[in-house]
Amino acid sequence: MRRSRSGWVLPAYMWLVLIYLFLPVFVVIAFSFNDINRGFNVVWQGFTIRHWLDPFRVPDIVESLGTSLVIAFLSAAVATVLGTLIALALVRYRFRGRSTTNVFLFLPMATPEVVLGSSLLALFITLRVATGFWTIVIAHILFNISYAVVTVRARITGFDRHLEEAAMDLYSDEWNTFRRVTLPMILPGVLAAFMLGFALSFDDFIITNFNSGTVQTWPMYVWGASRRGIPPQVNVWATAIFILTTVAMFVNLRIQGRRAARSADV
Amino acid sequence: MTVELAPPPPGRSAAADRAETRRRRVPYLLLAPGLVWLFIFYVIPLFQLLRMALTTGNLQAGYVFDWVWENFTQVFTTYQPQLLRSLVFALATTMITLLIAYPLAYAIAFRGGRYQSLFLLLLLMPLLFPFLMRTLAWRIILADQGVVVQTLQNIGLLPSNGRLLATGWAVVAGLVYNFLPFMALPIYVSLEKIDNRLIEAANDLYSTPFTAFRKVTLPLSMPGVISGSLLTMIPAAGDYVNVELLGNPQQAMMGNVVQNKFLNIIDYPAAAAISFTLMVAIVILVLVYVRSVGTEDLVA
Repeated sequence: MRRSRSGWVLPAYMWLVLIYLFLPVFVVIAFSFNDINRGFNVVWQGFTIRHWLDPFRVPDIVESLGTSLVIAFLSAAVATVLGTLIALALVRYRFRGRSTTNVFLFLPMATPEVVLGSSLLALFITLRVATGFWTIVIAHILFNISYAVVTVRARITGFDRHLEEAAMDLYSDEWNTFRRVTLPMILPGVLAAFMLGFALSFDDFIITNFNSGTVQTWPMYVWGASRRGIPPQVNVWATAIFILTTVAMFVNLRIQGRRAARSADV
Repeated sequence: MTVELAPPPPGRSAAADRAETRRRRVPYLLLAPGLVWLFIFYVIPLFQLLRMALTTGNLQAGYVFDWVWENFTQVFTTYQPQLLRSLVFALATTMITLLIAYPLAYAIAFRGGRYQSLFLLLLLMPLLFPFLMRTLAWRIILADQGVVVQTLQNIGLLPSNGRLLATGWAVVAGLVYNFLPFMALPIYVSLEKIDNRLIEAANDLYSTPFTAFRKVTLPLSMPGVISGSLLTMIPAAGDYVNVELLGNPQQAMMGNVVQNKFLNIIDYPAAAAISFTLMVAIVILVLVYVRSVGTEDLVA
């Protein structure tokens, strides 16, 4: 592309927006070092690493994190399995109702979370089901299915069907073909769907708020605490999770980059 | 998106025919578990919501289904301001987010060079931070004694006792911040797919860079603009967190009324009617938007 003397404008703009995106993150991290004891953690009082040395001080935080981890794992696992099956059907078979299914799968993603959450609550109220742990899991599976389909489908669309046909020609049955040939090829997509579902579930507040009863997930805890002042340990945990996931992402990127380089060599 | 199956080889055997019949049943078996789940926990709840919106009664006496359309007329009278505000805030958020995100996506796609994936990672990294914590942080940034408000007051953009928190501006600012990555990512994806030779061809044919952008780049990036806008507009119209954390009750949106009536006041029929209306309103908003930008491949 042609580059003019004003070529610095766009990169400068890009960095500005990225800094803007990170601004609240920096604020939260900074206030994990704020020297306060109770009340609202909004005014800078001085530097301390006290809260980092005592992350387990507020038991509710740890408990809510545990609850969220379990819910995220369960809902992402179930939604990934259901979504992968749907994606396989949509990409590899032509059948009546295929395009209707496509539109239908799009609908939950196009429905605002408030409506998803409140309509599920309407169902639970009518059936007199008490909301709690399992209703949260049900809701999270629901909103994760469509995303899982989209993620896995993007991965399957590109792959070479001839490999499967070769296996079938060599007298492998369908299950073995799936296990030995198809699954390894779509595995990156399946894992991506699981991770996306996990992240969406772990951070969901709006839908959970309608279906959680008295169960406190991590976002529900933060929401409740925001009324009476968030303990700085919340900032500590948020920062720690952020650092861990960031490191994981970068490692993943490096591995993928190396793999790409290696397959380019061959 | 159509994926062709490999054409059947000539002269197939009876066994292959049997396998073919079996194959025909496979897709439905694959679809069944997921679609059943969506039917029970997505379709039926929506009907339940509509049904609840047509009932009358209260928590103690119970609710009776009686085609009570008053719950819906009430939405357009009592809650008209909230309904309009939801739509206006959602549209404003979408426009502002688009204006910020497009040049960003463009910069990453065309100036990112070999660091493109690093910049993408930077764009998505803030999402690893809890959504509520990031929104709460804006309370500190936009605080009355904060740098932002002080500066705006000093340069006269805000009156000396003016504030940002608890205004519609703070709510829209929060929404823009929350959905920026979801707008930028699809735009980046569609920009990145563009064959550079098309733009070079336009340049070779003495088009100015601006014309090349308007006639080649922009139209080719429209699918990304549309999906980004939907990813912003739909959740923004239904949001209640930003009003709750950055605004005040005077900026209440539909989502606030729904959550308040479902969880605090316990007025199920009214809450259901508002929630259902919100969904219909958003569907209409999305359809109008997609029509006006002009594309039909919404789903694929």
